Order: sequence, then structure tokens, then C-alpha cells
Amino acid sequence: MALKIVKGSIDRMFDKNLQDLVRGIRNHKEDEAKYISTCIDEIKQELKQDNIAVKANAVCKLTYLQMLGYDVSWAAFNIVEVMSSSKFTYKRIGYLAASQCFHEGTDVIMLTTNQIRKDLSSPNQYDTGVALTGLSCFVTPDLARDLANDIMTLMSHTKPYIRKKAVLIMYKVFLKYPESLRPAFPRLKEKLEDPDPGVQSAAVNVICELARRNPKNYLSLAPLFFKLMTSSTNNWVLIKIIKLFGALTPLEPRLGKKLIEPLTNLIHSTSAMSLLYECVNTVIAVLISLSSGMPNHSASIQLCVQKLRILIEDSDQNLKYLGLLAMSKILKTHPKSVQSHKDLILQCLDDKDESIRLRALDLLYGMVSKKNLMEIVKKLMLHVDKAEGTTYRDELLTKIIDICSQSNYQYITNFEWYISILVELTRLEGTRHGHLIASQMLDVAIRVKAIRGFAVAQMATLLDNAHLLTGNTQRNGICEVLYAAAWICGEFSEHLEDPMQTLEAMLRPKVATLPGHIQAVYVQNAAKLFATVLQKHEGETDSQAAQETSQLLIDRLPLFVQSANLEVQERASCILQLVKYIQKLQQKNVEVAEEVTALFAGELNPVAPKAQKKVPIPEGLDLDAWINEPPSESESEDEKPKVVFAKEEPKHYRSRHTEVDEKELARRREVRKQEQANNPFYIKASPSSQKVYDAPGVEHIPVVQIDLSVPLKVPGMPMSDQYLKLEEERRQKEKAERKKKEKKKKREKRGKGRKADSGPESEEDITPAHQVDIVTEEMPENALPSDDDDKDPNDPHKALDIDLDNLLSGFSSRPLADSEKLPVRTHRPEVLKSPAEDRDSKSVPQETKKKSSKEKKEKKKDKEKDRKRSKEEKKKKKKHKEVEEELLESQPEEAVQSEETKEAAAPPTSTSAEASDLDFWLSSAPVPPAAAQEVTAPSSAAAVDTSSAAAPESEPDEPKDTEPEDTKSSKHKKKKQKKEKEEKEKKKKKRHHHHHHHGDAGGEDSVQNGTVEEEEPLPPMSNYSLLAENSYIKMVYDIQGNHQDESKVVVSVIFENKSDSFLKSMEFNVLDSLNSKLQRPEGAGPHDGLTVPFQLPPGVSNEARFVFSVQSIVMPQKLKGTLTFIVKSDESSTHEKLDFKLHFTCTSYLITTPCYSDAYAKLLESGDLKGSSLRLEGINMPFHHLLARICFHHHFSVVERIDSCASMYSRSIQGHHVCLLVKTSDQTVSIDAKCDEPSLLGNVLDEIKQTFSKC
Amino acid sequence: MIKAILIFNNHGKPRLIRFYQYFAEDMQQQIIRETFHLVSKRDDNVCNFLEGIYFTLIYRHYATLYFVFCVDSSESELGILDLIQVFVETLDKCFENVCELDLIFHMDKVHYILQEVVMGGMVLETNMNEIVAQVELQNRMEKSEGGLSGAPARAVSAVKNMNLPEIPRNINIGDINIKVPSLSPF
Repeated sequence: MALKIVKGSIDRMFDKNLQDLVRGIRNHKEDEAKYISTCIDEIKQELKQDNIAVKANAVCKLTYLQMLGYDVSWAAFNIVEVMSSSKFTYKRIGYLAASQCFHEGTDVIMLTTNQIRKDLSSPNQYDTGVALTGLSCFVTPDLARDLANDIMTLMSHTKPYIRKKAVLIMYKVFLKYPESLRPAFPRLKEKLEDPDPGVQSAAVNVICELARRNPKNYLSLAPLFFKLMTSSTNNWVLIKIIKLFGALTPLEPRLGKKLIEPLTNLIHSTSAMSLLYECVNTVIAVLISLSSGMPNHSASIQLCVQKLRILIEDSDQNLKYLGLLAMSKILKTHPKSVQSHKDLILQCLDDKDESIRLRALDLLYGMVSKKNLMEIVKKLMLHVDKAEGTTYRDELLTKIIDICSQSNYQYITNFEWYISILVELTRLEGTRHGHLIASQMLDVAIRVKAIRGFAVAQMATLLDNAHLLTGNTQRNGICEVLYAAAWICGEFSEHLEDPMQTLEAMLRPKVATLPGHIQAVYVQNAAKLFATVLQKHEGETDSQAAQETSQLLIDRLPLFVQSANLEVQERASCILQLVKYIQKLQQKNVEVAEEVTALFAGELNPVAPKAQKKVPIPEGLDLDAWINEPPSESESEDEKPKVVFAKEEPKHYRSRHTEVDEKELARRREVRKQEQANNPFYIKASPSSQKVYDAPGVEHIPVVQIDLSVPLKVPGMPMSDQYLKLEEERRQKEKAERKKKEKKKKREKRGKGRKADSGPESEEDITPAHQVDIVTEEMPENALPSDDDDKDPNDPHKALDIDLDNLLSGFSSRPLADSEKLPVRTHRPEVLKSPAEDRDSKSVPQETKKKSSKEKKEKKKDKEKDRKRSKEEKKKKKKHKEVEEELLESQPEEAVQSEETKEAAAPPTSTSAEASDLDFWLSSAPVPPAAAQEVTAPSSAAAVDTSSAAAPESEPDEPKDTEPEDTKSSKHKKKKQKKEKEEKEKKKKKRHHHHHHHGDAGGEDSVQNGTVEEEEPLPPMSNYSLLAENSYIKMVYDIQGNHQDESKVVVSVIFENKSDSFLKSMEFNVLDSLNSKLQRPEGAGPHDGLTVPFQLPPGVSNEARFVFSVQSIVMPQKLKGTLTFIVKSDESSTHEKLDFKLHFTCTSYLITTPCYSDAYAKLLESGDLKGSSLRLEGINMPFHHLLARICFHHHFSVVERIDSCASMYSRSIQGHHVCLLVKTSDQTVSIDAKCDEPSLLGNVLDEIKQTFSKC
Repeated sequence: MIKAILIFNNHGKPRLIRFYQYFAEDMQQQIIRETFHLVSKRDDNVCNFLEGIYFTLIYRHYATLYFVFCVDSSESELGILDLIQVFVETLDKCFENVCELDLIFHMDKVHYILQEVVMGGMVLETNMNEIVAQVELQNRMEKSEGGLSGAPARAVSAVKNMNLPEIPRNINIGDINIKVPSLSPF
């Protein structure tokens, strides 16, 4: 035997090993592919050998080839063989190869489950380690499900080396098998405080990744992380935690306030730049979340900006880059503090590193103001001249235009200057952005009426010097500018000084070399100019000049008639004939000018980009109806989704209409009409534009008063710099004047006008050189004033939502830190077999919903430019809060006390208590506004620390802590605390409730209905219903569908031992029907019962799950069953049984599935669904309770809610879509429903009806 | 999350690739090419971050090799930069003056070292001594397993390596002590 091995290995002596392969490839540079293919043939031979060493060697080589891009998936099975070798050396090779080339589609992965399980439990820690590492790369949902339990065990391994790997891999397991998150989470949380720093860091890592996807569920861990942050010295861990806090603060502003101080300390103390940078970043995030303006946070902003300045000034390019990056974040909320570092940022424009220059440009975009725009652009223009390489120059060009045109030319005070800048930019060689410049020219000339004269003059010069621009005829080249120039000159030709000359310039033979679309514009506008020239000469007795013009056109146009471009040809020949005819008339001395001008009369107004969308569909027009019979297969996705609940929709709109005060609108409209009528510069609107819907906020700026302090014409080619000088002079003058005025004012009312007189010149002080009316874009008549098109479809929140559903489906709505613990999990293998249930998704979805609605509110607020309004709103909110507090306070205190003692009696684990005390923890931070200053006071930090560490115990002591502070704030605090306590109590109750899942819902309700409507907490709900009960045992159950399997449902049964005896040998059995069958283990007979996998000591309850297969889900069903068990007391043991009836409702086949409104609309539109409806009378619960009930009890999700109307969605396990439209109006709720399975729908509606008849 | 770790030389030849998100082989090669294209045209004295097509790229250039980490937004840029440094220094310790040839001929060993630093896209260990200790323990295990079947193979490879002019020429990654804004007590 040994001889055979030796012989074998000698045979194999000359097999290539990895080094030989690499060397060979290097020696065959010319015919590498050929060489490798022979190597692959050899490898295939080697893989056929029995010797595992040979195989391992071959696999090792394959791994190398995989790196070079060769597909080695054909060897997957051999890789598995090598993985299962008992020798570490080979095993490692196998796992490495697997981690490089296995993925979810690799079918042999199925074969590895047992091998991996064996390796995981190997006594050799490195076998386990290698298996974990490999698994982390190719874990599939199946592997995750099968191995989750084993890995969870490894999280408590004795060796930290294994522990940290097990902890890390859990993240991958969660991703693939979300159901494992809940059972594993407590242990994961434990690992945050592992004695080994590596394990701790791994746990932080995993939780940070989880929380990043779904931050709100991890808020409750904040105190724990806070503790870690203040105690850890591992920078890696600190960075992760700080980054996590950055993600959490937007959700909980109180957290931000708590964080500022320790972060500031870290910023001051750390020497590690990476940590410093992340701290600054998180402080910025905090400040953004608090942006409502805490004046005393300006210190923090200053600190950040200062530190960033140091980073930017550093010679290290990386720090410079990151500094700029972070600076741009501050810019969004605190532009003023960044603006003071303009010098530095301009300096960065000179940096040799292009990425730094680009970052600096980004910053400039946000830094401009009316005051410094000209200056900044001047600097940029200098850079444009200096810049090497067209890409960067083009980037500069687009940035200049972006900066100037941002928010509707908000910062431009002098449009002549801007036109000059644009003209100067046309002199750039080789730019690709001719089109951009052209569109800017057009836009400005059309919308800023006061500038047209100037613009036309400039454009005429451009046309005259067209030869300078025509060098670059490539697409989007600079010659595009001529397009704009020609159009502007033609359209506004009345401003031209010498139209004849321009006309001549436009008809030069060289024009024929321009791109076709530009020539076409030339020809068209030549005709416009022609009309102008005619009109000018009309009055004169001598018709010579007019006739000469006609002749010029007749001479030159034939060139264009011959053009290869159809458009040019057509226009030219048309116009040529026209001119010929005019010439005839002229010769007869007929006055034609007026008629020719009439051809081009009327103004072209800009149309808003959204205008098309806003055109309402006229009544009776159904765009979706086929005009002819539809072709067999066609999909029109772009069409507007058909309104399905057609009767309802208009109502929403109407209700929104009425929000706007009609009277006020009418009044404003009147005023504006008056104004327009008196204004010579306002084009009398065509009837269509009169009907333009007047959004309440859009008011017209008083129009065009040309301030003659600036000469309209600057001699020669425009030089933008001249404007800069002029502008400065003008400002000086204005300032001086203003000062005079102010002095007067001061004398008049001393002391009052403080704010106005001191400090640097503020933004508002700068008046534009000439007031300009920026023509608002036209909207179609009757445009609907909907703001929904302002909502960005790429809204990050929305995206996040999707992400979360993808990753952690089923968990999105559940708090993972929820400390409710089911002892079952650990010792019940079914957890891993049957994907989990959504049984307790109730209290939290409500919370999150509330939160998201709050967020929405805030977003809306941001949008409102009218600051006053938002302030008012805030005030209202505050009031609201106060009212609430009072209400809460007035509630009896004794109840709280007793609850407290109860709580103390219960032995809570430290972590869970901490988690649940988040609110309390947060509230122990100084609370604004009264106590806001304390944030910076160092002493409070210590107090905060201790209190947070000992949160649960120190509760009664807490008021003492606050005593030293001034009475006002402490009073405030007490109130707050009380409130928190009470909230907590409620939560506790809810949790308490969870454990029993049934019972005293009614009493609870009555207590809570006393609170304010909006914040009204939802009454606790439970889906568990009584299955059967006798003197020994009580069973409650809930049925849940299974995402992955369309024919299975999971029945969770909670067994509660009511007796004083021990219950054991419980056996659960049902009589299968044709449609529904209990899933029994293989080998069991069809009538055998299932053993319940636990015993029940007295007073204990536990949960078991049973899987049922069902065929048809459209009808509810009842199954009879029996539970048998042995009651064992000290003296005797008896055999007992309990009969029950399992009721499979249709609801239990529905799975909460989120649906987005567009998908929802599409679904309804498809027409496959049949409708039905339901009416409920006498429902007097708040609408959101109603929705919550439907969501909770019937597994629906809300798609959209508008006022008292909501659309909801759910899906059955077999993929039936169920859509509801729920409306309520005083005590009557009507539900319109659609589903592709009418009988299922009917049953679901019946069940909904039942739910509400019960309450 | 780290999405991928790529090591290639100045000519774009891959020396080690490690994707933590599945891409087919041709896609992997394309990513390498594109990354190389982006990274190679940058001077040495510019910043080490850039926005790639799929991820943020954080890289370091040592002598003939580029070490590129492709990451998403949850990673700290400077932290990863330090991690690369830790990884390279670890390589230097394990290979004793690591050079490109070490990586060329011992891709598997480099993988084993990397596995102790990053696992499944998440940072496993940043303490260099710990990493080196674990790698060495595993190597020792491998040696002890060598036994009968391993011996001849090793002998042969020793023979094979005898007449090789190119073996350890020291193209060292010498400038290892590039100024790093380092995490002090890693």
C-alpha cells in the first residue's frame, strides 16, 4: 500500500505545480492562450486521478487561471472534492477555489452543506476558520438557512479567532436568510461587549452594516454604542461607530445633541486623521439634522470648518480631497461659514490634482452670492484660459454656466455682464459645449427682456465674425453658438442697429459650410430680418434700399436652395419664392412691409419643462382607449396610468384645490392684471397665457426699470472685466447712499434698528444693476397645481425602502432590538425550517409610519421657500407638544409608580433594559430649548454618562441629578422625564402584552383613547386567537403564509401551561382534509401526530410551529385536531387530551407585501382584477387605527394615503393580488376591493368585516 | 463593505483578485481593465481616492504594484487606506521583503493572508501581529501535514527551482514607509 502511494507520488513528481504554471505562462508570452489551453487539458487529466494531492494541486492551478479570466466552473465538483479532504492543506485550497468561483448559481453548492457543517464543528479551529472564510464568499439562501444555527453556536466559541469570524459571517447569513436575524440578534448584541477586541470590532462591523440599511430599527442600540464610543480606544471600531451615528442622527435629533460634545472632544484630542475626519463628518450630519437653527451650535460649525481648513491646507492630497468633500456637506446648510474660506477653495483650483480641482469647483457652485458671483466667475475665466486639456476646460465651462444660471439666475445682478461672459466663452477652442452656451444665450435673451437690445448687438457682432467660430464644425462644437446668434438677431430684429449688415452677414457663402440645422435657422431668420428691413424703409419715399435688400436675398438664397439638407432646402426655396413675389409687388410700388412683418408677428414665450405633463386630460378623452382594435401584443408603459377608482380621484384634487384660498387668488390675479396692463414692458398676454393657473406663490417682480447708472453699451467687444469695475463703483455709490439713509433712520429711531446697521454687507443689500423681469415659463391652461411632480422619483428614502425590502424582507417593519424574548428560539429546530412569521409586526410599523410621515412633513417644509410659514408651523407643533405634555402629566401618577415597582421586580437583562430605555437615555441629555446651552458644559457630560450606564436603576434618582441646575430647566426636565416614563410604560405594557398575545385589549384601549388624536398610540393588537383551552393548557395560534412556498402555511401555536403540574409528551395531530395537510416528517404515517419539541413546567408558555400544505387558498377552512399530553405532578401522571379546530382564514394566506404606487396603478390598470366592495357602518376609530388594523390583522400594506382615503395592497401565497381602496367619512367606511380571484376576495372582505364587527 | 480587492501591476496584469460580490469572469476582467485604466493615468502625488464606475476606489501604488480596494460608502476612506498599508506590511513580514514576484508565484499564500485581514467584504482584523501569528500557525499546520506525500513534491520543486535565474530578484515594495496619516494604535 505504502509502496503504491510512493509510486503514485513519483509518477506525479513531474506534474506542474502552481509555480510551474506561472513560470510556463511567463515563458510563453507569444502564445499564452495556447499554452494555457494545454495546461487546462493537463489539469483535466490530473483531476481524474484518485490522489487527492494531485487534485488539490490541479485546483490550485485553476484558481490562478480563474484570476486570468478563465471560466473554471466546470471543475466545481472537483473543488468540492478537494474541500472535503481531511487534510487542512488541501481543504484550504479547495475552499479558496470555491470562494473564488462559486456563486448562487453553482449547483454543486447543494452538496457542500454537510461537509461545511462538519468543518464548522471540527475540533481544529483552522478547519472551522477556513470553512467560515470560504462560506462568507459563497453562502446561498439554502446554506444560510441550513447552517444558521451552527454558525450561531460558533458565535460563542471559546476561541476568539472563531468567534470573530462567526460574528462577521452572520451578516452574510442575514442577507441571504433574513429570518435568522431575530433569533441571532440578542447574541450578536452580546458580542458588542465581548472581551476580545477583535470580536467586538466584528460585531460593531456587522451591526453597522445592518443599521446602515435600516437605521430606525437600531436606534435602540444607541446607548450601547454611545458607551462603546466613549470607552473604546480602537480607532477602527470608533470610526465605524461614528459613521453609524452619522446614519442614526437624522432619525433622532435628540441623539445628535447628545453626540456633539463627545465628538467635539474627540476632534480635539485625536491624532488619527481618519478618526478626526469621520468625527467631523458626523458632527456635520448632526448639525444638518438640527439645522432648524440652534444658535449655540455655531461653535461646532466653526470647529468643523476650522478643522477642515487644516485638512485642506495639508500637503497630503488625500486630506485635501476629503476636506473639500466634507466642506461641501456643510455648505448645504451653513453656506455662510464656508464662504469665508473662499480664498482657500479658489486656491485649490490651481491644484495639480484634477479630482481636487473638481471638488473645489463643486464647492464654488454653492458659494456664490450676488456679491461675489462676478469675482468668482472672473477667477474661473482666468482658469479657463490657463487650463490644459480640453476635458478640464470643458468642465470649467459647464461649471461657470451652472454657477451663473443656478436657481433661475438668482445671483446675476447684471445680465450684460453675463452675456459678455457667454460671448467670451465662445472663443474657447475645441470645446464640446457650444450647444450649452447657445441655449444659455437663447434663454437669457428670451427671458430677460431688458437685455434684448444688448444681446442682439452682441449676437450681431458674433454673426459678423462668424468665421472665427466656424473652425470647429464637429457636433456640439462652438459653431452651435451661431444658431443662437442667428435666432436672436432674427427674432428681436427690431433692436438691431443695422439689420441690413446683419442680413448680409447671414447670407455669406461661407454659411453653407455650417451644419444643416444652423443653416436652416439662418435662412428662416434672414427672412425675419428682411421683414424688419422692409418696415424700416417703408416710410421712405425712395424704395431703392428696400429693393436692394430683396435683390440681395434673391441673389444669395439659391445657394441654400441647393443645400443637401432638406430642411435648409425647403425653407430656402419657400422664402426665395416669397421674396420674388415681394419684389414684384415692390416694383409696382405696393406697400408690403406690414404684411411681411405679419408673417413673423407674435412673441415666442418659453415653455416650462413640466408644462406638457401638466396639461389636463380633457373630459371625455380616454388616451388608453384604442382607436382601432389593438394589435395582438403591445405594451405602452409610458402612457399615463389609467385611473382606476375613477370616481374617487377627482375628489382628491378638488380637496387640494380648496386648500388655496379662492378669494385671495382672485384678488391677486386682479392685482396682477392691473399691474400688467399698466406696464409697458409686459407683453399683453395672449388669451391662453391669461388662463395660466396661478400658483399662489408665484408673484411677479415689478418689471424693468433700467438704471441708467450703468451705460447700456460698452464700446467694442465686450469685456466682462469692465463690468466688474463698473459694478464695484456702483456698489460703492449705493453703499454710501444707503449709509446716509441709515444714519437718518438711526436718528429717527435709535436702538431699534441694530441689526440692520452693523455687520458686513449682507446678501439682500445688493440691488441688481437693473431690475429684470425673468419671464416665467408658460404653463398650459388649466394646468393642475399638483406638486407631486416635484417629488424626485430617485428620492433617497424611497430607494432606501426598496433596498431594505430586498435585503431584509419581512424585517423592515420590526424592531430587532425589541427585547421581547421567546425562549423557544434557541431550542427549537423548526425555527430554521419554517421561515418566520410576522406575528408581532404591530406596534412598530405604526411608529415607523408616523416617523415617515413626519419626515415627509419636514421635506415639504424644506421645499417651502416661504420661511415664515414654516416657522409658524413649528410654533404650532411646539404648542401641540406642550398640550400633550400637560395632558400626560395630568394622568394619575400612581399608576406609573406601581408599574415601576413591577418593573424593578422583574429581572431584566442589562442589555434589554438599556435598549428599551432609549427614550429615557436620550431625554437625560439636556433638552432644548431651555437647556440647550448645557450641551457644551463639560460637567453635564459626566452626569449623562453615569446615568446612561446605569439607566434602569437610576431612574428614581434621576430628578436629584438635575437639581443643581437652575429650577426652570429642571422643571422642564421633570416634565419630560415623566413623559418619557409614561411612554415607556406604555411600551412595556405592549411588550407585556406580547407575551400573552391575547387578553385585556379592551381595558388598554380605554386608557389610551384619552390622548391627543394625532399622536394617539395604537391599541395593542394581536393576531393570536384562541385555539382551545382546558384546565391544564391553553393554546392560541396564528397562521402565516410563506414567501417562498406557494403551497405552505405555518401555524404557530403557543402552549401555555395553566396548571401546577408538569406537561410533557405533547403530541399535536390534525385530521387532514383533501385541501390541507399537516406536514409530517418523512416516514411518518398520514395519521401520526407530531411531537411538540418541548415540555412545559408550570406557568410557562412556549411556542411551536407546524407547517401545513394547502392546495386551494380561495376558501377558508377548518381542520379538526387533537392535542394529547401527559400531566405529571408529584404524586401522579395522567394522560389528557384536548380537541381543537384550526381555522384557516383566507387572510392567513395573504402575505404583507409592500407595493409602490406606480406598480400598484399598473396592476389596477391591467384590468385582470375583479372588483367587489364592502361597507362598514358605525366605525368610530381614527382612520389610522383602522388602517393599522387592516394592515395587522389582514396582512395588508398601505400603498398611499391621502386624507381619509387609502389604497392598500397584499398578495396571497399563490400570487393573487389583492387591492383595497379604503375611504371613511363619519363612521362609515367603504372598502372597494379588487383581486384576480373573486372568491378569495369575497372571503377576505368577509373576514375584514368580522374584524370590525368585533370592535 | 469592501466590494472587491484588486492587485495588479503597472501594466494592468492582475496579481490577485478577490471579489466579494459575484461577477462573471469576463465582467471581472472588465472591471480590472477599467480600474487599471482609471488608476494608471494618475500621478503618484495626487490623492488616492476616485469614483470608479461601480464603486469608490481607494488605492495605493507601491513600486510596480497597485493595490486597489473597491468599497461602498460605509467605509472610511482613510481607514481603508490604512488597511491597505497594514495588508502590505503584513505581506512584507510574511514574505520577508515582499516583491512582485512573491505575489506572482504565491498567489495562494497572498490569498491566505488576505483572508485573515478581510472576510466576506468586511474587515476582520487590523492588528498586524495577530494576522501574522494566525498565518504562521496555519502554515506550520500545513508543513506538519506535509509528510510522505508532500516530501517528494517538495524535493522536485527544489530541483526545478535550481536552474532558475529569475527567482528572488528583489523588486521590493521598498517605499513602504510612505507617509500615512495613520491610525495610531491600530
